[in-house]
Amino acid sequence: MTSVLYDAPGPKAIMRSRIFSVVTGLIIAAGLAWLILALGAPKTSANGAEQPGLWDATRWDVFSDREVWRTLGRGALNTLRMAGVAAVFALALGVLFSFGRVSDTRWLRISTTVVLEFVRGMPVLLMMLFILLVFSTGSFWAGVAALSVYNGAIIGEALRAGIKSLPRGQREAGLAIGLTPVATRLRIEFPQAFRQMLPIIIAQLVVLLKDTSLAFVVGYEELLRSGQGLTNFFGSRYSFSFFLVVLAIYLAMNLSLSWLARVIARRTGSKSGGVTPKTKTPPEKPVEPELAYPAALGNQMGGDQVRRG
Amino acid sequence: MDAVIENLPVFLEGFKNTLGLLLLSGTGALVLGIIIAAMRISPVASLRGFATVYTEIVRNTPLTLVLFFCAFILPYLQFSPGYFVLAMIGLTVYTSPFVAEALRSGVNGVHVGQAEAARSVGLTFTQTLSFVVMPQAVRMVIPPLINVFIALTKNTSVAGAFFVFELFGAARKVTNERGDEVLAILLAVAAFYLLVTISLGVIAARVEKKVAVLR
Repeated sequence: MTSVLYDAPGPKAIMRSRIFSVVTGLIIAAGLAWLILALGAPKTSANGAEQPGLWDATRWDVFSDREVWRTLGRGALNTLRMAGVAAVFALALGVLFSFGRVSDTRWLRISTTVVLEFVRGMPVLLMMLFILLVFSTGSFWAGVAALSVYNGAIIGEALRAGIKSLPRGQREAGLAIGLTPVATRLRIEFPQAFRQMLPIIIAQLVVLLKDTSLAFVVGYEELLRSGQGLTNFFGSRYSFSFFLVVLAIYLAMNLSLSWLARVIARRTGSKSGGVTPKTKTPPEKPVEPELAYPAALGNQMGGDQVRRG
Repeated sequence: MDAVIENLPVFLEGFKNTLGLLLLSGTGALVLGIIIAAMRISPVASLRGFATVYTEIVRNTPLTLVLFFCAFILPYLQFSPGYFVLAMIGLTVYTSPFVAEALRSGVNGVHVGQAEAARSVGLTFTQTLSFVVMPQAVRMVIPPLINVFIALTKNTSVAGAFFVFELFGAARKVTNERGDEVLAILLAVAAFYLLVTISLGVIAARVEKKVAVLR
């Protein structure tokens, strides 16, 4: 794209852009270095007491304690457990929602649509509080329920889009060979839709993992809360250190899951043209459904992957 | 029901703050997002790398952590302009990479042939961008951008958990006082959120319909 926009640069222009690139790179590096040094500099607080810099050893010595790591590990496990349970329920709910949305029965279709609109327009956090207070479940189940309903709604919409994007001939063929409408849906349309929408579904599961941190607010003992608990226990001098470690653990979990999602998307993507030979390269990276949803929908509806007619 | 009517001023106060957060951090995220997107498509490799790393890190950090940082760690580092401003900063930072991605996908979504045609009739780089590519990209970008803002509306609720008195904070306060009518209260708060998200969604759908003809 960019190369189309201007003439191919000559040796002088290449040199100039290279110098410019190096200079800006140095400026960015200098800015980051300054930030790190500024954080590390000792500070005098308002009442005159001297605080050691953030990289000072006295702020990091707790990490030699095994128990600290064990607590953080428990928190991470709790996060993963909530994400795992919620993912299973979200997938199941998503399938149910998508069937309701494309159902031939009018009242079922309309009521599912209303429920979906309601759920999708509401903050997950509010839903968690809602479930916690109304059904007085524990914080774990409140979190799981809210996350599964919300993400189930989004997965359901994605599946619906997948089913709608199939050529009508698929359903007609299924009915023509004598399958019942439900069997057509389950055995002909749904598997294709699921495979086509797999990248979006997995991307949504990454979002789900990220959103488990909302359970922090309703008091679930997940990673962030265990970090906060440690801060309360060891004193606020360690607050920055614990935060940084929790952030690193979160990033490690999310980035590796995103990477896994990318790999799966690439693998299944190349297979998804089972009906027709490969017509289009699969999306290279999982898209944030909340973000690229219309775009993704547009792509899928464009019928690039399965030829019509 | 009377718990809702009695506390209507509280909800309205919260709603005002939610809208304030939405507008301020939405504007901030738009500005920051444009900068990040420009960096990501710029020919300067170091800027591109920086923007990519920034996007990846922020997008993979839970919003709760970002706001936790703003509400607890920043004041500890002796930067405390008040929780509303802190939450605004957090939401701006968190939303900016999503805005940038939406913008970038919009620019990439313009067909290469358009730029090629513009170049071959002799338009310069600036002319190509400002007369051919950008007008199309802007239209394509609006629906996903609105979706980002819908998500931001819902995300402002997290700020309520970090000492900002907005709708979620109002819900917590009122449910604490009136434990007997939790359901009505939460439905009322949900209605406020839906008011914003659904109307934004309607706008997005309408714009998308208009744009679809153009593609």
